[in-house]
Amino acid sequence: MVKEKPEIADESGDKYKYGFVTDIAADTAPKGLNEDIIRLISHKKGEPEWLLEWRLKAFAFWQTMTEPSWAKLSYEKIDYQDLYYYSAPKQKAAPKSLDEVDAELLKTYEKLGIPLKEQEALAGVVAVDAVFDSVSVATTYRAKLAEMGIIFCSISEAVKEHPDLVRKYLGSVVPYTDNFFACLNSAVFTDGSFVYIPKGVRCPMELSTYFRINARNTGQFERTLIVAEDDSYVSYLEGCTAPQRDENQLHAAIVEIVVLKNAEVKYSTVQNWYPGDKDGKGGVYNFVTKRAACRGENSKISWTQVETGSAVTWKYPSCVLQGDNSVGEFYSVAITNNRQQADTGTKMIHIGKNTTSKIISKGISAGFSNQTYRGLVRVAPNARGARNYSQCDSLLIGENCGSHTVPYIENRNKTAVIEHEATTSKISDEQMFYCLQRGIGEEEAVSLIVNGFCKEVMQHLPMEFAIEAAKLINVSLEGSVG
Amino acid sequence: MTKTPLLEIEDLCARVGEKEIIKNFNLTVNEGEVHAIMGPNGAGKSTLSYVLTGKPGYEVTSGKIRFKGKDLLAMAPEERAREGIFLCMQYPVEIPGVPTTTFLKHAVNAVRKHRGEPELDTLNFVKMVREDGKALGIDNEMIKRPVNVGFSGGEKKRLETLQMSILKPDFSILDEADSGLDIDALKVVADGVNALRDGHRSMLVITHYQRLLNYIVPDFVHVFADGHIVRSGDKNLALELEEKGYAEFVKEK
Repeated sequence: MVKEKPEIADESGDKYKYGFVTDIAADTAPKGLNEDIIRLISHKKGEPEWLLEWRLKAFAFWQTMTEPSWAKLSYEKIDYQDLYYYSAPKQKAAPKSLDEVDAELLKTYEKLGIPLKEQEALAGVVAVDAVFDSVSVATTYRAKLAEMGIIFCSISEAVKEHPDLVRKYLGSVVPYTDNFFACLNSAVFTDGSFVYIPKGVRCPMELSTYFRINARNTGQFERTLIVAEDDSYVSYLEGCTAPQRDENQLHAAIVEIVVLKNAEVKYSTVQNWYPGDKDGKGGVYNFVTKRAACRGENSKISWTQVETGSAVTWKYPSCVLQGDNSVGEFYSVAITNNRQQADTGTKMIHIGKNTTSKIISKGISAGFSNQTYRGLVRVAPNARGARNYSQCDSLLIGENCGSHTVPYIENRNKTAVIEHEATTSKISDEQMFYCLQRGIGEEEAVSLIVNGFCKEVMQHLPMEFAIEAAKLINVSLEGSVG
Repeated sequence: MTKTPLLEIEDLCARVGEKEIIKNFNLTVNEGEVHAIMGPNGAGKSTLSYVLTGKPGYEVTSGKIRFKGKDLLAMAPEERAREGIFLCMQYPVEIPGVPTTTFLKHAVNAVRKHRGEPELDTLNFVKMVREDGKALGIDNEMIKRPVNVGFSGGEKKRLETLQMSILKPDFSILDEADSGLDIDALKVVADGVNALRDGHRSMLVITHYQRLLNYIVPDFVHVFADGHIVRSGDKNLALELEEKGYAEFVKEK
């Protein structure tokens, strides 16, 4: 049992608003990664034999793999044997209602601006599947959704209660052989969310989940699986905040989305993991694999992301457009400040006929940060009439940051139309002076100009998320001028 | 009746880079007065407006500027704006993606906050913009567009005038307010500016054509050449200039 004292962010330190640590007894497995740890995770979670075997296969494969080094990122080598792979908040039994949830935990959520009690009262607005560390602690609105046949629960619960669904789709979009980090996740994932929207159902509310890294040195390996059956619709929100840390924290999540015929999934993320201090000390390493497969005709996936956090970001939410006429969209705002590094973008894989994709990427670099847009548009030989439009804009603040655009285009079909536009600009002295001359202060001016720059993406976020995201952008750029 | 000085410039010298542009410049503008500064291109008229508003890159090497008795040069550009100095720009810059109305609201509330007034809520803000915009021919559609993006020359100048109107500055500098305007647009802008003359607010009208001064009639006209005022007079001086040109004044020195 590890007890921690609450830490208070050093005032002179920096502005990370959510830099606090909850004092909760953690149930933590020993450091290191081996088959025994994987068996322990599987056992703790009461998993069926097939899942343990799948994890072990992934682990065996992972041991044959090497960490990718092609991204424009530099960070200290991660010692995978020096991390904890399992920790769970200690609780006697699963809470039946919010009243049974650890008061300390609820307080943490309040600081994060997620008052669950209020959420419950505000019935019908947002359902929150709150993930604390590795185990789900509270799930709201499930009953209401269940009436419509919608399943929204933690993936651990789904493994127990809907094993056939999980077994059918887990790893079907991101196989464990996919990449180094996805493979690691497959071996050791602890929890995440599961969403199933049955045929013909339109989910009446935004589904959202808040992740939070807590226990020291605990690698975070969430796994989320979303399945939208024929003619269904769901909008899913993911928001992250993490407490201030000195050690680097590893985060290697997977999001798999299956979109069937005529179905549509909107996936929105506001990512605010601790980015490290001004000198780049601490901060989260974020290696995420997110992919959606549009498997039926007219299926549609839309990714919208606002990335402001993490010391290191490696993330390429992708769309595999298998069904004819299917549509993939990627709207992204990535902000890096101080010493942050981000290598992020998307992949649009056109396989079906008349598939269309759209990429709108807005990168803002400030301080000494470095940002790379890396995107792939691939048109397979049979993807007649495929269309892609990509627009990648970069905004630089200050003299010491870097911005890079690396678009890959692989076209195997002559009928495809692929357009790519890219711009790089700076906040001009004239724009700044114009704002100042009207009484608007420097930081407010930067935030106005940056929000204007991002507008095309922000307007794709659900309302309440857009407000939160706009605030985040301001916080992220504090201290970037003057 | 004693006049209250609003802006007092004493022996001002300023430069851009290595180049000395303002040389021993003196001017006092009292409350309610409209002064016109006329001069040939390149005389440093715009430099004067940037020095007064604190634009980075314009360095004051000596002299004093007092605004409402306070040391203006000690203030940051945004503080000067909040204190009530407004520059109606010759070439207003575009800010893509930022709706004009959002920009205006930020500006109005920054100034109100400084004056210790409560921030305007959306309802009252919209009401104010609608009322002040009406006379300038600015409708709702126009202010929904991003700041100055795709605005015609006339639209840009009208938006500048609207900002002057809603920010209620004590001292406005109009830098070549007539450039790029046809006669109808000029009248609209001039009417907007004249509506703000209330006996308390003061203005500095910078222009090199007399035309504008037919519409915004100044109390004083100064000829600006070689970094300072070489001659002062009333509005008739502007007519004289129009006739004779600047050459004589530049020589006079």
